[in-house]
Amino acid sequence: MKPMPRYTPIDLIGWATFLTMTLGLYLIFMYAPTEQKMGIVQRIFYFHLPSAWTSFLAFFVVAVSSFLYLWRRERKWDRIAYASAEIGVVFCSLVLLTGPIWARPVWNVWWTWDPRLTTTLILWLMYVGYLMLRSSSESSKTSRFTAVFGILAFLDVPLVYMSTRWWRTIHPKPVIGGEPGSSGLAPEMALTLIVCLLAFTLFYIYLMAQRISLEKLKDEIEEIKQNFETPVERSK
Amino acid sequence: MGFFQKVWFITWKDIKAEWRTREIFSSMFIFALLVIVIFNFALDPGADPQMTLPGALWIAFTFAGVLGLNRSFILERENEAFQGLLLCPVDRGIIYLGKMLGSLLFMSLAELIALPIFMVFFNLNLLNLLPELGLVILLSTLGFISVGTLFSAMSIHTKTREVMLPVLLFPVVVPVIIGAVKATDRILAQKPLSEITSWLHLLIAFDVIFLVASFLTFEFVVEE
Repeated sequence: MKPMPRYTPIDLIGWATFLTMTLGLYLIFMYAPTEQKMGIVQRIFYFHLPSAWTSFLAFFVVAVSSFLYLWRRERKWDRIAYASAEIGVVFCSLVLLTGPIWARPVWNVWWTWDPRLTTTLILWLMYVGYLMLRSSSESSKTSRFTAVFGILAFLDVPLVYMSTRWWRTIHPKPVIGGEPGSSGLAPEMALTLIVCLLAFTLFYIYLMAQRISLEKLKDEIEEIKQNFETPVERSK
Repeated sequence: MGFFQKVWFITWKDIKAEWRTREIFSSMFIFALLVIVIFNFALDPGADPQMTLPGALWIAFTFAGVLGLNRSFILERENEAFQGLLLCPVDRGIIYLGKMLGSLLFMSLAELIALPIFMVFFNLNLLNLLPELGLVILLSTLGFISVGTLFSAMSIHTKTREVMLPVLLFPVVVPVIIGAVKATDRILAQKPLSEITSWLHLLIAFDVIFLVASFLTFEFVVEE
């Protein structure tokens, strides 16, 4: 008899992600009503906003775990920061890609230097810099450097947002239809959005768990390699 | 020895080294000048100087600043001079402040000398606006240098070195650049100081936040 497959918590999160994502897709295309003014393209919003939320969450996690790393000096916080920065950049790229697709038919431009857009772009640039710093620092210093940068970049976010807002005070506030608060969301739309937010958050947690375990394996291999390289010391 | 005296000793070391070579200052100054000349070709000759100067000025200053910041720590790397500096019986934060102050001096000096030349090139008389302009330049340069010094200490330990600094620094100093350009623009338009107070507040907030944050985190960067 075959042994029962054992599910780890990660697998469960994976399945939960799959189910909520499928439900989300169903709701987006079958359930949510088409927005009156913007038409079908508005449905991209259900992926656009959750991506933005996930990337902000990810960058927040980078800052917190960077701080904890400098404080506690435990390798695990460094791994979390790294994984979260990578995933954050992916979701931030998604925001920057889905945004123009939505903006073009609705605002008639691909891009506008609206504070939210500008801040997202700057965030993206900062965390791409973070990843570059990671890949090109001397290995013994990587974790400390990126932790310091992660904290400083996060401190900067409110300032970037404020300055870009003041910078464009003359600019008319773009009408972001369908965003909560600004233009009233139909209850079906709100439900779809909530399911999508949940799906993306679960997806983030799933990716994090996978990425962290990958980093752990890397560390283990590194350790084994070092043990091979110094057999004399080992036998002592 | 007092706190500020210790800081001053480190800065004085940089000033002395700079006085003998004049390397950082001259490269920054010439570079800023070159940027303005190149910028001039990129612009429509009939363009209103009041519209273009703020942008041109800050592009020149920031790019020249990156150059100077890079030099500041690369010099320390030669002959492992930085090891010696770390052996100083002072807090790491003091080393940061000393280095920061040195770079601030060199960059301000380069700006101070470049400014009259820009005035000539753009045919603008800024002498009566000098106090306001000086304040904006000082606050912005301080913000730029405060983060820049910290990142420069990191970037010399990366493979890409000179490239790494602007890649890290520019996105972070976006608020400074926006504040500086906007405030300069208002000043050139002869607007009263009250119109730029919100920008000055932003610059001051940036300076304070990042001076403190860099002061506190510098020890993690230089630790061996």
